[in-house]
Amino acid sequence: MSPVIPVIILALPLFMFIFLGLCGSKMKHPVAGFLGTLGLGVVMVLSYYTAFTYFFSGAPEFISAAGERLQCVMFDQTWLQFTDTLYISLGFFLDPISAMMLVVITTVSFMVHLYSLGYMRDHHGVYEIGFQRFYAFLSLFTFSMLGLVVATNIFQMYIFWELVGVSSYLLIGFYYRKPSAVSASKKAFIVTRFADLGFLIGILILSFYTGTFDFTLLTSAPVEGMSGVYHVDINTAEGILSTFTSHPAPVFMGASVLTWALVLIFMGGMGKSAMMPLHIWLPDAMEGPTPVSALIHAATMVVAGVYLVARLFPLFLMEESALVIVTVVGALTAFYAAVVACTQIDIKRVLAFSTISQIAFMMVALGVARPEHHESLGYMASMFHLFTHAMFKALLFLGAGALIHAIGSNDYTAMHGLRKHMPITHWTFLIGCLAIAGIIPFSGFFSKDEILSACGSYSTLVYIWMSLVAGLTAFYMFRLYYLIFWWKEHEIPAGHHAPHDQPWTMSLPLIILAAISCVAGFIPFGKLVSWNGEPYDFMAHFDWGVASVSLAVAVAAIALATVMYRKENALPAKFKNALPNLWKWAHLRFYWDELYMFITHKIIFNGVCRALAWFDRHIIDGTMDAFAAITHKASDVIKPMQSGQVQMYTWLYVIGALLLGGITILCLM
Amino acid sequence: MDYAQFLAMKQEIALLVVFLIVFLYDLFMPERSRRALPAVSAVLMLIVTAAGFFCDYFGVSAPTEAFAGMYATSPVIATIKNILNIGMVIVLIQSAKWANSEGMVMRRGEFYELILVTLFGMYLMISARHFLVFVIGLECASLPLAAMVAFDKSRYESHEAAIKYILTAVFSSAIFLMGLSFVYGLAGSLYFDNIYMALMGHNTKMLVVALAFVIAGIGFKLSLVPFHLWTADTYQGAPTSVTAYLSVISKGATAFAFLTVLAQAFGLFYSQVWEWMLYALIILTITVGNLFAIRQRNMKRFLAFSSISQAGYIMLGIIAYNALGVAAMMFYILVYIFSNLAAFGVIGAIENATGRVSMDDYNGLYKTNPRLAFTMMLAMFSLAGIPPFAGFFSKFFIFTGALQAASPAMYVLVLIALINTIVSLYYYLLVVKAMFIKDDECVIAPFRSACSERIGMWIAVAGIIFLGLVSPIYDSLIAIAQSSELSSFFLK
Repeated sequence: MSPVIPVIILALPLFMFIFLGLCGSKMKHPVAGFLGTLGLGVVMVLSYYTAFTYFFSGAPEFISAAGERLQCVMFDQTWLQFTDTLYISLGFFLDPISAMMLVVITTVSFMVHLYSLGYMRDHHGVYEIGFQRFYAFLSLFTFSMLGLVVATNIFQMYIFWELVGVSSYLLIGFYYRKPSAVSASKKAFIVTRFADLGFLIGILILSFYTGTFDFTLLTSAPVEGMSGVYHVDINTAEGILSTFTSHPAPVFMGASVLTWALVLIFMGGMGKSAMMPLHIWLPDAMEGPTPVSALIHAATMVVAGVYLVARLFPLFLMEESALVIVTVVGALTAFYAAVVACTQIDIKRVLAFSTISQIAFMMVALGVARPEHHESLGYMASMFHLFTHAMFKALLFLGAGALIHAIGSNDYTAMHGLRKHMPITHWTFLIGCLAIAGIIPFSGFFSKDEILSACGSYSTLVYIWMSLVAGLTAFYMFRLYYLIFWWKEHEIPAGHHAPHDQPWTMSLPLIILAAISCVAGFIPFGKLVSWNGEPYDFMAHFDWGVASVSLAVAVAAIALATVMYRKENALPAKFKNALPNLWKWAHLRFYWDELYMFITHKIIFNGVCRALAWFDRHIIDGTMDAFAAITHKASDVIKPMQSGQVQMYTWLYVIGALLLGGITILCLM
Repeated sequence: MDYAQFLAMKQEIALLVVFLIVFLYDLFMPERSRRALPAVSAVLMLIVTAAGFFCDYFGVSAPTEAFAGMYATSPVIATIKNILNIGMVIVLIQSAKWANSEGMVMRRGEFYELILVTLFGMYLMISARHFLVFVIGLECASLPLAAMVAFDKSRYESHEAAIKYILTAVFSSAIFLMGLSFVYGLAGSLYFDNIYMALMGHNTKMLVVALAFVIAGIGFKLSLVPFHLWTADTYQGAPTSVTAYLSVISKGATAFAFLTVLAQAFGLFYSQVWEWMLYALIILTITVGNLFAIRQRNMKRFLAFSSISQAGYIMLGIIAYNALGVAAMMFYILVYIFSNLAAFGVIGAIENATGRVSMDDYNGLYKTNPRLAFTMMLAMFSLAGIPPFAGFFSKFFIFTGALQAASPAMYVLVLIALINTIVSLYYYLLVVKAMFIKDDECVIAPFRSACSERIGMWIAVAGIIFLGLVSPIYDSLIAIAQSSELSSFFLK
C-alpha cells in the first residue's frame, strides 16, 4: 500500500480544522457542517480501506507466511534531530490495534459529525452559536486522535496525547458562556495535565535507559528481508529489561526503575482514561455538547489509556508488579463507578460513570493478560471490549442526546414514560442497554465474557469481583432505561408539544450504531487482534461455564431492575431509606471532589503556595525588576551615541574599528 | 577567452535577463501597461527562484570556478542566492502598491531597475574569490541603495536618510579599502586563496589592524555595533519597501559574503584573531541593539534596532565555523526574511493607507484590523523566537551550531545571547500588547489592504508557520552544508 493514503488520513482532518477554523465563520452554517462531515466521510472510507487492506489483503508486509500479523511503518519522517540517537519523528504505524482504532475513531467520529448536523440546532432550526467552530474542533480532535493511535514512537504519541487533551478542553468548554462548562473544561485539562506530567517523566526515564522512543525498538524485532516491517518479539522486551537491570541503580524506593517508568506512563493513561483517583474530571466533562461526550468521553479519547498500555504490553509483561497495579486500579475503579452510577439522576452522569466502569474493565483485562493463560486472552478481550464498547456507548450517548434535545433537561425526573413518544430512540437505547448488560447475542456479551474468562484464568477473586461489577452494570443500565422510558406516563408540561423523534441526521447514526452493536459480537476478533499477532482461535478457549454464569448474573440484575423501576412504586425509596448513608455517599460520588478541594485549597494553597507566592513576589519579581531597571538605565546611558549627527557616527566608527584592532593586539600578542 | 565560463554564472545571467526585461518593459511599453511593472518583475523573479529550486540549483551540482578563479559557485552558494531570491520576490510584491502610488509613477521603473542591480551586486559579493570583484559587488550593492533610500523626493526625512547612508557608506568603503591595501601589502595578491597561503606564518599587528578594518567595512553593511549608527536614521527615513529590503536581503547577502571572506581569505586566523573580534562584536551588537530597541516608539526605527540585534544572532552562525553553523545561518536568514517581511508588510500596508508609523497608533489595532494585528503578532512571535513558530527553530538551530564548538567561551556567548532574547521578548511583546491589550480607541480606521500587500503577507505568514514545522527544509539545508565541499571550505 502506498504511503499516500495514510498521509491523507492524517492531513485531511487537519486541513479541515484549519479551513473551517479560518473560513468557517464566513460560510453558512449548513455548508460548514456539510463540508466537515464530507471531509470526515472521506477519511472514514480511506481508513476502512487501510484497515481492510491490512487485515485481509494478505500482503507480505502485513501478514507473514505463518499467518502472524506484522507491524508496518508506513512512513516515518524525522522531525527534530537533536543528536544521532535523540530524535523525534512523526510517522504512521500500522498494526492490528492501530488498524482497529482507525475504524473505531472514524466510524464514531463520522456518526457524531452527522448527528451534530441535527443536534446543534434548536427545534426551530436555528443553529447554535459557534456551529462552525464546533465542526472545526471536531476535525482537530479527529486529527489528534488518529495521530495518537498511529504513532510510531512514544513521543509522537505524547504530542498527540496533549493535542487530544486540548481538543477535549475546547469542546467541553464549547458553551463558554456557561460557568459550569468553563470550570468543567478547566478541571478536565488540569487533571489530565497533572497525569501527563507522570507520563512525561515515565517517557523520559524509559528513553534515558533505552535510548529510544520508537515502539519498534521497545517491543518488536524487524522482519528479515523487509524494511519497515516488524513483529512483536518478547526477546526485545527482555533485552530492555536487562538494560535496566544492568544499570548500577536498578531499584528506586523499593521498585525497579522499569516498574517506575511503566507506572508513571500508566499514570498518564489513568488520567486520560479516568481511572480512580484521577477520574474526577470525566463526570464534569458532560457539560460539553452530547455528541462530543459520545465521541471523546465515551468512545475514543478516554480509551487512550487502555491503548497506551496495550501498545507497551510486552514491556508491561516484563514487570509483574506493574500489571498488578493496572489490575487493582482497574478493579477498584470498575466497582466504584458502577456503585455511583446506580444513584445518579442526570442521565449523562450515569453514562459517564458507566464509561469509567467499562474502561476499567478493559484495564483489568490487560492487567490479567499473561501469555501462559490462554495466550493472553485478556489482551484480545480488552481490545474487543474497546471496540464493542465504543459502538454501544456512542449509541447510548447519542440516544441520551436525542432525549435531552427533545426534553431540554438532563435529568430522568423530567423524562419517564417516553417509549411511546420516541420509538426509534427507545428501541436503539434498549439495544445499547442489552449490549452493555451483556445479553447474548449483543456485542457486549462476547467481549465482556472474554474479559471474565481471562479474569477467571488469572484469579478467582478478580473473577468474582468483576462478575459482581458486571451485574451492577446490568442493574444500573436498566434502572436508567426504565426510569427514562417506563416508570409512569410522560407528563407534558403546559404549553409544550409532545416530545417526538429526531430528524434523520440524528436517527440514522442511532440505527447504524444499534445495528453494529447487534452484530459486532460475531466478528472473529481473535483472528484479527492478539497480543503477538498470531491468530487466536477464540472458540477453542470459550468457556461455557463462565458464559452462563455471566448471563445469569445479567438476567438476574435486569430482573431486579424491572421489579424496582418498571412501574412507579415505593421500592426504590425504601432501599434509599434503608441505607441512607450509603445512598448519599454514592450519590455524592463518595466525596472525591470534596477531598480534592480540601487537599488543593486547604493544604496546598495555604501550606505551599503562600510561601511560594511570597518568594515569587519579592525575590523573583524583585530580581526581574532590578534586571529591567538596569536594562533601562543602560539604555539611557548609551542614548547619546545615537545623536543623529553623521560626524559623530563616523567618529564612533573609526574609534570602534581602531579599538577592535587595538584591543585584539593587546590581548593576543 | 573561453566564453564557456560564463555558463558558470547562470544565476547572475538569469538575474540580468530579468533586469533587461524590466528595463525594456519600462522603456517601451505604453504608460497604461506600465502599471503592471511590479507584477511583471515579481513574476519574473518568481520564475528565477522556482527555476533555482527545481532545476537542481541551476545545474550547479559541484563547485565551479570561472574567470581565473575570481568567481566561484557551488550548491551552497546557489542555495544562498535562492534564499535571497525568495525574499526579493516578497519585497517586489509588497512594494507594488507604493510603487504605483501618485508621486512614484514617474520613477517606478527606476526603482525596480535599481533594486535588481543591487541584488546583482550581492550575488557578486557572495561568489567573489578575489577582492576586486568583491569590492565591485559591494559598491554595486551599496550605491544604488542610496538612491533608493532617497526615493520619496517630497519627504525631508528621505533625503536625510540618504545623505547619512551615503556618507557612512563612502566612509566605510574607505576604511575597508585601507584594510584591503594592508592585506595586499602583506600578501601581494588579492585572490582569497593566495592571501590565505601568503599569510601563513604571518601573525603581525599589521594583519590584525587590516582584519579589523575589513571587518569594520563589512560590518557597516551588516550594521554591527559600533558601525551601525546610520541604521536607525536611514531605516526610519527610507520608504518602507526600501527599509524592508535593507533589513532583510542586504543583511542576509552580506552575512554570507562575510563568512566567505573570513573563511576563505583569513581562515587560518580563526581562533587567534577574528573569532575574538566577532565574539566582542556579537555581544555588543545583540546587547546594544536590544537596549535601543526598548525605547523606540516609531515602528520602523524599532525594527531597525531589532534587525541590528538579529544580525548579532546571524553572526553566531559564522563564529560557529562549522557546517552546522552554515546550515543554521542559512535557515536563520530564511526565517528572518519571512518574519521581518511579515512585519514590514503590515507596517507598509498601514503606512500606505493611513500614513501612521508610531507604535502608539497601533493601540487597539486588533479591534479595527484584526488580520493585520494577527499577522504582526505572528511576526513578533517569530522574531522573538516563541515556539512553534519558525523563529524558535531558527534560534534553536543557530545556538546548536554555536555550541558544537563546545568551548567555555561559546557557552558564555550563547548564554549572553539567551539572556538577550528575554530582553527582546519584552519589546516584541510591547507591540503585541499595544495591538491586543490596550483598549484605547484605535486611530487607524478599518481598511482593506491592497491585493499585492495581502499576497505578500500571506506568503510571509505561511513561511512563519510552516518553515519550522516542516523539517525537510532544515534537513536539506544541513545536507547541502555537510556535503564534502564545505569541509574543505573550513579545513583549509
